[in-house]
Amino acid sequence: MENSRFLVSSSPHIRSGETTQRIMLDVIIALMPALLAGVFYFGLNALTLTVTAVIFAVATEAVMQIILKKPITVNDLSAVVTGILIAFNVPVTLPLWMVAIGSIFAIAIAKQCFGGLGFNFINPALAGRAMLLASFPAKMTNWVAPGADAVSTATPLAILKGGEAAGQALPGLWDMFVGNIGGCIGETSALALIIGGAYLLYRGVINIRIPATYIGTVAVLTFLFGGFDSSAMIYHVLAGGLFLGAIFMATDYSTSPMTPKGQIIFGIGCGFLTSVIRFFGGYPEGVSYSILLMNLAAPLIDKYTVPRKFGEVKKSA
Amino acid sequence: MNIRTLTFKGGTHPPDSKKATESLPIERANEPKVVVIPMQQHIGAPCEPIVQIGDEVKVGQKIGEAKGFVSVPVHSSVSGKVTAVEPRLYSGGMAVPCIVIESDMQNIVSDQVVPKGDISVLSAEDIKNIIKEAGIVGMGGATFPTHVKLAPPPDKKVDTVILNGAECEPYLTSDHRLMLEYPENVVFGLQALMKALGVKKGYIGIETNKPDAIEKVFEAAKDVADIEVVALKTKYPQGAEKQLIYACTGREVPSGGLPADAGVVVNNVGTAAAVAKAIKTGMPLIERIVTVTGAGVNSPKNLLVKIGTSFRDIIEQCGGLKGKVGKVIAGGPMMGITQFSLDIPAIKGTSGILVLSEEEARLPEPSNCIKCGKCVETCPINLMPVNISMYSLANRHDQAEALNAMDCIECGSCSYVCPAKRPLVDSIRVSKREILARRKKAQSK
Repeated sequence: MENSRFLVSSSPHIRSGETTQRIMLDVIIALMPALLAGVFYFGLNALTLTVTAVIFAVATEAVMQIILKKPITVNDLSAVVTGILIAFNVPVTLPLWMVAIGSIFAIAIAKQCFGGLGFNFINPALAGRAMLLASFPAKMTNWVAPGADAVSTATPLAILKGGEAAGQALPGLWDMFVGNIGGCIGETSALALIIGGAYLLYRGVINIRIPATYIGTVAVLTFLFGGFDSSAMIYHVLAGGLFLGAIFMATDYSTSPMTPKGQIIFGIGCGFLTSVIRFFGGYPEGVSYSILLMNLAAPLIDKYTVPRKFGEVKKSA
Repeated sequence: MNIRTLTFKGGTHPPDSKKATESLPIERANEPKVVVIPMQQHIGAPCEPIVQIGDEVKVGQKIGEAKGFVSVPVHSSVSGKVTAVEPRLYSGGMAVPCIVIESDMQNIVSDQVVPKGDISVLSAEDIKNIIKEAGIVGMGGATFPTHVKLAPPPDKKVDTVILNGAECEPYLTSDHRLMLEYPENVVFGLQALMKALGVKKGYIGIETNKPDAIEKVFEAAKDVADIEVVALKTKYPQGAEKQLIYACTGREVPSGGLPADAGVVVNNVGTAAAVAKAIKTGMPLIERIVTVTGAGVNSPKNLLVKIGTSFRDIIEQCGGLKGKVGKVIAGGPMMGITQFSLDIPAIKGTSGILVLSEEEARLPEPSNCIKCGKCVETCPINLMPVNISMYSLANRHDQAEALNAMDCIECGSCSYVCPAKRPLVDSIRVSKREILARRKKAQSK
């Protein structure tokens, strides 16, 4: 038993099996039901768009890291998640080159220019979507109804909002729930998104605070703003990108608060902004901008919601 | 058996890895030929050697005299001849004055060792003196002199004694086996500690992953009116002093304060058993139970080891090292100290010797913080380890101090859960040292 070289380091000497890569893999797994729903309702082009977005996101990450002389970390799979989310946030009719631009912008500008994973202050996928919506407003709102014939349609939110789409019939609630409606590739099926969210909760990747307070706030406020109309409330909850946003985008680690209290404030803030935009703003949908605005507030929220430290009691108590 | 299950907020669940040794009875270790007994095995002032090279010593004979109040004497664990009084390496990582004794293998007991009589005839002062003279320190690993805990400042009203039987460190089973095999000593020791402090309420807290120990200790304590055995949720760091006090009594030790500020004194179950032994037999603290375990040891064991026995001798009795060894740790995997040599002695605070394989010991490569907030949710003190660590790494220790770095108990839960494998507790430790150094400097001005 010779005195071989023993490693000396400070404790703890064991680490949990959880890694950044494993967390990202869990998110990818959780996004699969929604991708399947997207392909089922909008055809194979949904898959082509998603794959394109992912390829460009990963390639951009690698290229940027080479240019910035940083270690290449595409193995952490975070760029894959961003790519999928960008594709989920566009209509199936969008040209491939446009979704590619969205991916490049998201990774190069919103993520890598600010320091890469963990340092971006806004959600890269939503930044990509916002850029696409500002640059190609017509293409980004060219909705088709589910099915092989690709008939133009309006989203339920546009119908609720009135204007051009006024007068069109609202789809049934069941169609809203399973995703048999017009909308972005990954946002229409609340059912598929809930299945993915349940998996993330089970795996401990996200906690319930942000999704619950976000969706709950939208439910309450749309009920109030809609004049106590519970069916309008249900449409508002199930329509648009609320489930996708609340479960997968607002819970993005880097751009949401870390403190438990902060996460609740963040969720309520997102819900408030979404409801206000939908009812009083110019757009029929407000999830992306709500989350982007709350992203900016996240560091401040963290600063003012530092938990009460254990033992912070009066000495004489 | 009507037992409450209690816990604290936060914490984590590392795999407990206790299977290898939890069902193995305590074995007496082979008689060491040579013991190396450090003069400092406790927090506080080191001892002064009171024997010289060539002196004959006996088992239980005092060989080091305590200097100052926060200090305890040290006794010989063997009979034999003193061969050296010199600095040697110990598990704290540096060299301290040690007395080296060559055993004559006779184990002749010193005539200083006499039973102290029944607990009912001993006064509180008597008990404190016995404990101090027996060299008893906190045996959970912190090694704070027990008699000092028993003399809280007069303005602090202590009304409760808690025995810590949580053993929340993975791998370690020495307290578990002690509670199974000598529950009556644990209860007796608690009674003595309660009498020394004049308190009427005693708790023994044991994690739920040791149901057999809960049962045994409950049986041993069921006729003692003032003692309640409580089950503690299996969660790290359940055995941390402040968390244990909160779980048992619902009281929070004020920031920067001592358990006595919450009216509580906490001792390890091993400490209580040592107190019981010192009163019943008069034998000072000269041996302890050590869990020798991990993938790098051929046959893991719970050994009753004489203080001063080298890690090398102990591991040899456990079949020697197995395969490629990565780390040798004195203590458990969450808070233990890595060793770079096997030629160091087991001391009063050596609760375990854990040998990790090269594979298990490989240091993870840290990557970018993804701000998942898991460290924030885990921290049992409700700190934000991620932020303190960022400031520490940027050398902004004043900012780390403002974020309550000094309240960190260094349990390591944050580093354990971090998916990006960031050096969270490591960097917070750096800040704590820096802050302490600055405070000292400011004081001396």
